[in-house]
Amino acid sequence: MFLSEQVSKELLSQYGLLIPEGRTAKTPELAEAACKEFNAKRYVVKALIPAGGRGLAGGVKFAATPSSVREIAENLLGSTLVTEQTNEGGERVDAVYVEAAIDIAKDYFIAIALDPGTGSPLLLASSDGGVEFEQRSRMDEGTVRTHLLAPESDESRAALEGFLKEIGIEGTTAIDSIFAARRAFCENDMTLLEINPFARTATGDWMVIDAKVLLDGNTIFRHPEFETMAADLSRPESELEAQKNNINLVKLTGNVGVVANGAGLGLATHDMLVDAGGDPANFMDIRTTAKSFDVAKGVELLLGDPNVKVILLNVHGGGMTAADTVAEGINFAYSRSERQLPVIAHISGQNAEWGIRILRDRKVPVETFDTISDAVSRVVEIAR
Amino acid sequence: MSIFVDANTRVIVQGMTGRAGTFYTDQAVRYGSTYVGGVRPGKGGTRHLDMPMFNTVAEAMTETGANASLVIVPAPHAAEAMIEAIEAGIGVIVCVTERVPQHDMSRVKAALEGTDCVLIGPNSQGILTPEQCKIGVMPTRNAQPGSVGIASRSASLTSEILAQFSKAGMGQSTTVGIGGDTLHGVDFVECLKRFRDDAETEAVVLIGEIGGRSEEDAAEYLRSVDYGKPVIALVVGRHAPKGRRMGHAGTLSVLGGDSAQEKIANLRNAGVFIADNADDVVASVLQAQARAKAS
Repeated sequence: MFLSEQVSKELLSQYGLLIPEGRTAKTPELAEAACKEFNAKRYVVKALIPAGGRGLAGGVKFAATPSSVREIAENLLGSTLVTEQTNEGGERVDAVYVEAAIDIAKDYFIAIALDPGTGSPLLLASSDGGVEFEQRSRMDEGTVRTHLLAPESDESRAALEGFLKEIGIEGTTAIDSIFAARRAFCENDMTLLEINPFARTATGDWMVIDAKVLLDGNTIFRHPEFETMAADLSRPESELEAQKNNINLVKLTGNVGVVANGAGLGLATHDMLVDAGGDPANFMDIRTTAKSFDVAKGVELLLGDPNVKVILLNVHGGGMTAADTVAEGINFAYSRSERQLPVIAHISGQNAEWGIRILRDRKVPVETFDTISDAVSRVVEIAR
Repeated sequence: MSIFVDANTRVIVQGMTGRAGTFYTDQAVRYGSTYVGGVRPGKGGTRHLDMPMFNTVAEAMTETGANASLVIVPAPHAAEAMIEAIEAGIGVIVCVTERVPQHDMSRVKAALEGTDCVLIGPNSQGILTPEQCKIGVMPTRNAQPGSVGIASRSASLTSEILAQFSKAGMGQSTTVGIGGDTLHGVDFVECLKRFRDDAETEAVVLIGEIGGRSEEDAAEYLRSVDYGKPVIALVVGRHAPKGRRMGHAGTLSVLGGDSAQEKIANLRNAGVFIADNADDVVASVLQAQARAKAS
């Protein structure tokens, strides 16, 4: 779950980190009006999209007057930004954030994530903050340095001070800010907190100029507030619909509908289909907890997609999602649909024979194959 | 022989009385594994599936001599269950629960620090030493004992490949699902070390995918030793749809975000034999073994 810039910053400010004054605006007029609500010598207008890399993509502009804030907002609102971190279609700008521009002495980059090895919060820091950080860190892995960030104590403060000195970050308030960020990270079940830039201002303060937060979507049971905090990720309706039914679905542009259970088997199927010259209409992973009704929902989405010409079914039955559960789901979707697309199947594992029989008995137009490769070749043949 | 679990493994189940716990315990017992009891606070003194129930892991260990635990409890309680088992000093913990919060796993990893406890998972299909011990949720019909060791990150893909091995007459020493989550217990590296020391294992198969650093760490380990047995890897996700990328390149370079192609190149440079796709793993093992014999 992704938090937008302003929600991320407001959350951090509750923990005592300094953020510039700013307002969200959905029209150019409101953007101009927002300027009167706080004191600033200059303004910055930022496109609010749920992805980073905006600076290089033209999504962050400075303005000297409220009227030029309006002009910039006019250009940004309704446009689509494609950055290094969005998908190819980019993200539509539905709102801008108007903020007091800060006189910055130097930009730094800091982030907190869980170290995959130890599982403890890990501080990442670089003296190359700001928009160039992305490019520079890619050219030179040494740009980012890391430090295991223990809970605040005299000892951990001293250790952090030593680490930060090497980056060029000094002073009590910087250390206080980083421990505050750690508390925000842990108390809100964040999986990633990036502050870039973390800036030393001309007046010597440490300020969060931009921030990005990822929340652990598996903690909603103890953070009901996340539902309203998270930014709308502008996903297609069909993907959200599938999500509700224990199915991970990603829409693509090809003509082969793919049904597979498990993320690994889904990725393996996708690789083989593309290698054979096929063009997937989707990526699908039926979660192990899915019932036949969930599977039916997923298959219905494919049958309802006019681009799809044929369905590739690759299922390995195991434990609770046996092959017959998947077959029942497919049968259910077909019984309710006028479109009867051919199903090319590799079905193995738990209750495989039973699953195949269900499809045949119920007159689902299915061809089965003993290997994934054979099923994939056949599907590519039909799709051409 | 085998790694982590064998015929002497005595298993208790944390969460045995739930729907999934009951189903999978019953399946594992029918398969012939030695399950000796269950743990559920408040149920101590009762019986379930004809086995004694205990209030705590420590009590269950004292009474039954259990040396392994299957954790199959809902995600909000999984970390507490794992930590209880670690503190009781049990040898092997297998957690199959999906969607365990990452910060909870952070506490579990801290509890593991400095102990000899082996944690497999979470979000793992479990571990299977054919005809000796099953702890987990994987199907067993296609498994047979033999000399191929398998460590994997995904469940259904592994079952598919395991079935292909058995069809080709190639049995397995042990199949370990290290789990699909970022923060997990044993990694490919630990599995590789154990398989290396296991006399029965003649070839090791790693089934990896995009995301994380497990493949990179395995490659680094394999470059650092003369491993002595052929290692074969399948890494899926070469054509994974490009999605929204979260985080800066710099963050990802530390946390792991290499493409499947980069992971494959990395493993190949470490002397690993690469399988082209899910239908090519069995053939790759045979080729790798033939090459090892020739040299």
